[in-house]
Amino acid sequence: MSDPTTSPQEAAPLHGILAEYENPTALVLASRKVRDAGFSRWDTYTPFPIHGIDKAMGIKMTILPWIVMCAALIGLGTAVWLQWWTNAVNYPWIISGKPFWSWPANVPIWFELTVLFSAFAALAGMLVLNNLPQPSHPLDLKERFARASDDRFFLLIQASDPKFDEAEIRQLLAETTPVFIEDVAEDRVTSDKIPRALIYVGVLAAFASLVPFAFFAKARNATTETGRFQLVWDMDFSPAYKPQETNPLFEDKRATRQTPVGTVAQGELRADDHLYLGKTKAGTFVSAMPKGLTVDADMMALGKAQFGIYCAPCHGLLGDGNGMVHKRAETLGGGWVPPSNLHQEYIRQMPAGQLFDTITNGVRNMPSYAAQIEPEERWAIILYVRALQKSQGASVADLSEADRAQLK
Amino acid sequence: MSTASTNPFNSPLRGDNAFARITDNVSRIMEAPRPPLAWYIAMAFALGLLTLFGASLGYVVWEGIGAWGHIHPVAWGFPIVNFVFWVGIGHAGTLISAILFLLRQNWRTAINRFAEAMTIFAVICAAVFPGVHIGRPWLPYWMFPIPNQMGMWPQFRSPLEWDIFAVGTYATVSLLFWYMGMIPDFATFRDRATGTVRRLVYGMLAMGWRGSSRQWHRYERAYLLLAALATPLVLSVHSVVSFDFATSQLPGWHTTIFPPYFVAGAIFGGFAMVVVLAVPARQFFGLKRIITIKHLELMAKVILGTGMLVGYAYAMEMFVAWYSGAMFEQFAFLNRAFGNFSWAYWTMIFCNVMAPQVFWFKAMRTNVWVIWVVGIIVNVGMWFERFVIICTSLTRDFLPANWGAFIPSPVDYATLAGSFGLFFTLFLLFCRYLPMVAMAEVKAFIPEGHAHPDDHGHSHGAHGHSH
Repeated sequence: MSDPTTSPQEAAPLHGILAEYENPTALVLASRKVRDAGFSRWDTYTPFPIHGIDKAMGIKMTILPWIVMCAALIGLGTAVWLQWWTNAVNYPWIISGKPFWSWPANVPIWFELTVLFSAFAALAGMLVLNNLPQPSHPLDLKERFARASDDRFFLLIQASDPKFDEAEIRQLLAETTPVFIEDVAEDRVTSDKIPRALIYVGVLAAFASLVPFAFFAKARNATTETGRFQLVWDMDFSPAYKPQETNPLFEDKRATRQTPVGTVAQGELRADDHLYLGKTKAGTFVSAMPKGLTVDADMMALGKAQFGIYCAPCHGLLGDGNGMVHKRAETLGGGWVPPSNLHQEYIRQMPAGQLFDTITNGVRNMPSYAAQIEPEERWAIILYVRALQKSQGASVADLSEADRAQLK
Repeated sequence: MSTASTNPFNSPLRGDNAFARITDNVSRIMEAPRPPLAWYIAMAFALGLLTLFGASLGYVVWEGIGAWGHIHPVAWGFPIVNFVFWVGIGHAGTLISAILFLLRQNWRTAINRFAEAMTIFAVICAAVFPGVHIGRPWLPYWMFPIPNQMGMWPQFRSPLEWDIFAVGTYATVSLLFWYMGMIPDFATFRDRATGTVRRLVYGMLAMGWRGSSRQWHRYERAYLLLAALATPLVLSVHSVVSFDFATSQLPGWHTTIFPPYFVAGAIFGGFAMVVVLAVPARQFFGLKRIITIKHLELMAKVILGTGMLVGYAYAMEMFVAWYSGAMFEQFAFLNRAFGNFSWAYWTMIFCNVMAPQVFWFKAMRTNVWVIWVVGIIVNVGMWFERFVIICTSLTRDFLPANWGAFIPSPVDYATLAGSFGLFFTLFLLFCRYLPMVAMAEVKAFIPEGHAHPDDHGHSHGAHGHSH
């Protein structure tokens, strides 16, 4: 040691008494004696864990396993909650027709998070219970103590122990088989204060860590005239052609390729002219319903519904050409061509095929309804229109006996 | 006192000053003014490959993943083969640390540290591949459950999402396990350090560990808990990786044997990588007295055993395909053995099933050259196993109209070779700067490390018990 008059270490109060041993057996035997003497604030220091020393020192089982078990349950709970809440509640996502909370698929992540949380708890719990990190300790000042991590075994009884008595302890330790006994003073050399430079660096780092957030905040609250920064252009502006672009590779210079002439998509052949055009092979309008359709109450109901949706707005629910659109147009004035009254004689006489053609292709300012109304539905509408025409032009002679009797 | 609980293989380190000699043997690698020449040569080679890795990945990121040989129907080509290969390598470390620990196989103490390091570096190599294979490597956070402005969440019913959690957890837990194991050894390095930088760096890493028995008590409990947690984890990781394949509909992938088959293959490949690294490391760093030929022999036995498990899995795949009576399944496996990539299949069979058979002979098991060469052959074989599973199955699926070929691009080969550069660079840095052998654990398992307080035949200070 250095000069006793100037060294602050020499004047420091006693921290404890240290004994050094050559092998684990000697340390275990000494530990038993110290334990039996009833000391409480003492410890042994070894380069590796010595089996049997826990009992020799009277060390109680640590609570670490319980901490890890709590962490495991928290991990499991987090995994269950996370997968349930995200995939079944907050963002329900249909996958392969499975239920939103199909928990068997969540089991792997239940397991993983359980293990992850437990592992963190095992390491962190060990460090916290062991009071680590511990930057300095009075023993660090003892040169021979460096061998505690190499090949020597130490026993320290602290001066803060209620039964501490220097002479008695020296006597007790001498009875064990130490190679060396010495006093350990409190540490008056290592400063307890954090170096000033470290504080400056810390404060600077704390401010610097806010800079990215400042940029985020600015970006969220500001507008800009330049586009966003593109690192890899191909990813945002794909070199693939878009449908309406020109493409010099092809003769017609179109990026969109046309289907080859004569290509027919599945279900789009439409070879039946009667059903799809309302015409015979010769091109004249048909009068009859197509053979494949069954004229019944269902078809009439379908026709009524479709007429109500697509026809009635202009032609009116009765087919008299007095629909809501017409009424509105009348109030606005101007050159409005009124929709036809379907009960006019020429429309009554019109072949069903021509009515079909009118719905399909439109007439005057009536547009085509081919995109909205399927061919079968168009025939159903024609059936309903025929019924309307019948109802509006019916005579007493058309009624049954019973109905006529009721009228009288 | 029985020898069963000691490490029977470290006899050269028994006797006087055994602890100090172990400390010295391991610490001098870090303390030497400069590492051996072989280290520089290996490092130059590794850095060359690492540069290639950086360049090829940079090219892929810039150009898009079309730079690889992916083409319909093979969208999973080399990157996923490499991913599964590296994750597999990463299994031996935790297996040695955790499972052999729980089984009280104390010989593991000589090799566990370095196998753990190997695990972590292999998982790092593995993680690179899916990270780039997603196509937009700047958006990997989309795979994590992070609240975002799109209001979207990951799809937790997908095995690919399970993979993120399985591999992520495995990497994290392995790192924690590795670090915790090194704390007492960092303390040794700190206490021996002469320079300020070394004292500061190792001192911070050791976190003020002083080897108090009260601390050791909690430390050992934590180590046991981590081992118990890592054991099912190590079995789960490659099982989850195999789910990526097994839960799909593709013949050749859609099979229930995959989880155990993948785990056995991972242990097999991982142990092979351990011997490939251990043989030169013990040679060049003077660790022959700690990692003895008996350790290598035991690892050769593990390779032989797991190699036969893998061979059994190959046979069972064929049997199940035949027994299923499913036409597509039968075709997929016949095609594997005799189809477009049959050369890859038979390379795999040779490397994984035939080559380890030499280990039936003790003369072969105790010859470092044979062990090293077989280790390399097995690693080649395990890479081909993943290639066969992924590429053969994808090129020949249900519809012949959908069949295709797979030709890897030069960038594919460059990335594969480059990943070894990353692995070796990290490993060489580890050898030089970190405690390559778990000193505290080795000391605890030599006979001198045992206390015999009730054994009256010995007086204090007497070393060298006879057992």
